[in-house]
Amino acid sequence: MSLEPQVAVGLSNVTHKFGSTLVLDDVNASIKVGESLCIIGPNGGGKSTLLRIILGLLDPTSGEVRVFGKSPKAARKDMGYVPQSIRFDPLFPISALEIVLMGRLDRLRLGGYSRDCRAKARDALEMVGLADVASKPFADLSGGQRQRVLIARALASQPKVLLLDEPTANIDLSVEEQFLETLKVLQKSMTVLLVTHDLDVISEIGDSVLCVNRRVHRHSLPLSPTTIAEIFSGGHRIEHDRRTRHAQGDHSACRHE
Amino acid sequence: MLREIIPLAAMSEFFEALQTVPLLRYALLAGILSSFSFGVVGSFVVVRRIGYIAAAIAHCVLGGIGGAIFLSRTFDIPWLTPMTGALTVAILSALLIGYVTLHAKEREDTIIGAIWAVGMAAGLIFLHYTPGQGVNLESYIFGNILLTSKSDVWATAILSLVVVGVAILFYPKLVAVCFDEEFTRLRGVNSAGYFLLLLVLLAVGIVLLVRLTGIILAIALIVLPAATASRFGQRLWSIMAIAVFLSLVYTTSGLATSYIAELPTGPLIVILAAIGYGISFLIPMNRFR
Repeated sequence: MSLEPQVAVGLSNVTHKFGSTLVLDDVNASIKVGESLCIIGPNGGGKSTLLRIILGLLDPTSGEVRVFGKSPKAARKDMGYVPQSIRFDPLFPISALEIVLMGRLDRLRLGGYSRDCRAKARDALEMVGLADVASKPFADLSGGQRQRVLIARALASQPKVLLLDEPTANIDLSVEEQFLETLKVLQKSMTVLLVTHDLDVISEIGDSVLCVNRRVHRHSLPLSPTTIAEIFSGGHRIEHDRRTRHAQGDHSACRHE
Repeated sequence: MLREIIPLAAMSEFFEALQTVPLLRYALLAGILSSFSFGVVGSFVVVRRIGYIAAAIAHCVLGGIGGAIFLSRTFDIPWLTPMTGALTVAILSALLIGYVTLHAKEREDTIIGAIWAVGMAAGLIFLHYTPGQGVNLESYIFGNILLTSKSDVWATAILSLVVVGVAILFYPKLVAVCFDEEFTRLRGVNSAGYFLLLLVLLAVGIVLLVRLTGIILAIALIVLPAATASRFGQRLWSIMAIAVFLSLVYTTSGLATSYIAELPTGPLIVILAAIGYGISFLIPMNRFR
């Protein structure tokens, strides 16, 4: 057996251009099976593009992407994708369970979902702590609940890797904690890749981060203020991070205390 | 005089006419049968917010009608009826608009607007060159349900059955494509194919409406019953059921009223549907949630 299956997501010399704009430049990265980490970087730095390339929604201009040793399109069955909940029409008449069942679409032929699929969907809702809202309309759920329904939908596909796109962007802080607890449990059983620019999240998932700003570098945690400055190219984030650390009792970044 | 004042007597007049006038019976049957298809199709249109696509297809239908009349008269092709032309062009324009929606990076509304106008313009030019006696354009633009023949009833039954049957068989996939096209694709489902299938069903639904309301008013009966239903239904299937029920009420009562009061049927049905939609705002939505 080759070493390939040990790698969940492998990128070699991946370059992507939109027209003449270089978005990703010669990206090399390897994420091992069972490893979880965050993908961070400034807006417009190419995070979403990278995620879409891994998912196979976008073909890179050049370079190769392997997911569990296969092409992204061939590995779709093993990938669970969680988009931002804000993208959806809040008036769409659909229940939480109906959304989660979409995770089983690939097992569906004609007519309705099988009993087995319904059981798996209910299990997935239970895993994210939403078993009691299964029949509620999507419109009646809170932002945090909607985001968790979308995670349950991804889990219903029984994926080996879970890819999340800015899942904490539209939920409030109290919900975020609950949400991170769910992710901490999940990363024990699968690879979790989480795109975010929320610095509070990165320390919770994995022990390194993938920084995307046209090029991709892996940094181990915790990030130094210089690294953060390099990534976000602004003082705002550094101050935010210092305050967060300060609140947690870590004063290494504070100057006068 | 008295008969017109007392609605009951007027209604019995309508039922009497149903026994004796076959055209009225065909019209009623066609109205009832087609209600199933546009209740179902309209619900997809409302939740997926593609009313403008429905309107564009409806207007393109005139190109099909004009083309069919022109070709059948010029080259003597008796089987090429206006409805055959309407169905062909409706499906072709649905596929074209679907392709544009899926692939145009920007300004798809401009392209769809162009298709809309060209379809209609082509129809008018075809009719201009059509030999023989003038064509009653008004009956296609505003509908004339009393032109329904026995074979039209059969065609309506078959097309309605196809639309409702396909919608039931592929229901979960069609819902998924409407809710989240990208995720559906990631699950290995041919989401573009299902979106096009949905537009083809829409095209068939619109053609069934042409005789009832005409191409201009077709959009009203696609959208209004489903929009009214969406204020009360929490799932797509319940919205469909309510929309079908409302469509049945509007078409049958519209036909009866128009016969009794001697009003044009299509516009009256549309006004009834609009009144129903207006009334729905007086009923609090929360009562059903």
